[in-house]
Amino acid sequence: MSQALALPTRKDEDFRYADLAALAPLWPVAVETISVAAGEAGNLAMVLDGGEPVAREIAIVLGDGASFDLRLLNAPSAYGRVAVKVKLGRGASFTLGAAQLAGGDQVVEIVTDVLHAQPDAVSRQVVRSVAGGQATANYLGKVRVARGADGTDGEQSIRAMLLDRTATANARPELEIFADDVKCAHGCAVGELDANGLFYMAQRGLPPAEAKKLMLQAFVAEAFAGAADEERLLEAALAALGRLV
Amino acid sequence: MLTISNLHATVADKPILKGLSLTINAGEVHAIMGPNGAGKSTLGYTLGGRPGYEVIGGSVEFLGQDLLELEPHERAAAGLFLGFQYPVEIPGVSFVQFLRESLNAQRASRDEAPLSGGEFLKLAREQAALLKMDMEMLKRPVNVGFSGGEKKRAEMVQMGILAPKLAILDETDSGLDIDALRIVGDGINSVMRKPDKAVLLITHYQRLLDYVKPDFVHVLAAGRIVKTGGPELALELEERGYEAVAA
Repeated sequence: MSQALALPTRKDEDFRYADLAALAPLWPVAVETISVAAGEAGNLAMVLDGGEPVAREIAIVLGDGASFDLRLLNAPSAYGRVAVKVKLGRGASFTLGAAQLAGGDQVVEIVTDVLHAQPDAVSRQVVRSVAGGQATANYLGKVRVARGADGTDGEQSIRAMLLDRTATANARPELEIFADDVKCAHGCAVGELDANGLFYMAQRGLPPAEAKKLMLQAFVAEAFAGAADEERLLEAALAALGRLV
Repeated sequence: MLTISNLHATVADKPILKGLSLTINAGEVHAIMGPNGAGKSTLGYTLGGRPGYEVIGGSVEFLGQDLLELEPHERAAAGLFLGFQYPVEIPGVSFVQFLRESLNAQRASRDEAPLSGGEFLKLAREQAALLKMDMEMLKRPVNVGFSGGEKKRAEMVQMGILAPKLAILDETDSGLDIDALRIVGDGINSVMRKPDKAVLLITHYQRLLDYVKPDFVHVLAAGRIVKTGGPELALELEERGYEAVAA
């Protein structure tokens, strides 16, 4: 992560859609480093749902055969930015499951830079964003495959749901591949809640806010499937959805 | 129970219902038949309050209330159930969760206590058994991966669980094989054939009416009811076609 003391500008790709005014008092952001030794496994569940702006920078270094499972609920009621930089050793495995929720004129964003430095590593990123009002939800995700990192398997599944036509989602998956034998898949979709589904649910007696919440709950749950803290994350997400819908 | 007077409705500014009147009393089963494009499904959606179906004239009274003043979920809570011709899939949301929340939302609006998880499951199990549907299917996401026939059966299970006063069933018979048609017909009879309930069947064919005997059959053409009769009218339609009978 950039350690520069000067506040980034919009010309910095990683800050193109950031709320720089909200970021300024938090800058520079200290990097939190997580190292997982060869063959070891680790996990972290982060819930950002406070009222203050927040910016986090996390650097994860995975030894050969190490694995790390990062789950993130990025749903403060102010600016929320999480930047994650990952370096994978041989045969290492990284999972990111993230949901971000924003309303009002908030900006929330997740910026990832996943480096497959050695062969046969696996990275899986699932990001589900929900934005209402004039809010903006960003995902800027880079997957880099170093020379010789054959057998790399990288996947990015990025989806965003806009609750209002005035909300914005930016999704920018990026691949940089310098090896031959790699499998890198990415899918991106920005959509709205299914109107047919909402009417169907209303016709069975569910008030509109409850129907939306149920659909959105299912949507963000995809980010937390299989997490050690799945229940706690879902509960926090549901509470955050309650403030949004 | 339901009084529709001179109803005019448009979809995307196109007039579809053009002065439709119909009265349904408690204890009655009505069937509406009619050619494609007559406005049958539009009638169901308009009564259900689907966005995009705009009422531009007439009135609808349902159990003493102005139905058109109510939001779709309020119409459901008032006792109106619409069985969909094409039930909607809702990924990631289980039938059990969806129906329990729906039923409890309805109950809350009627000042009734919510059903507990156990009470709800008991009710759901009974209603699923009535329609010969495996309870496991109700633990799956709403309609996802269900065949056409399974979706229709699931609609009837939902009707049984929600226990409406009036069920408007839009082509509930389409997509059903012969055995499923009988099961669904029996389900409609056991849930809705009661003195304080009523059914409006929207259908193309006579065959469902062999199982659910209508008291009245109406022919809908060009947005109005052009003929009303007893069960024999459905047989006549089957034999001679809409054009000859409705002319």
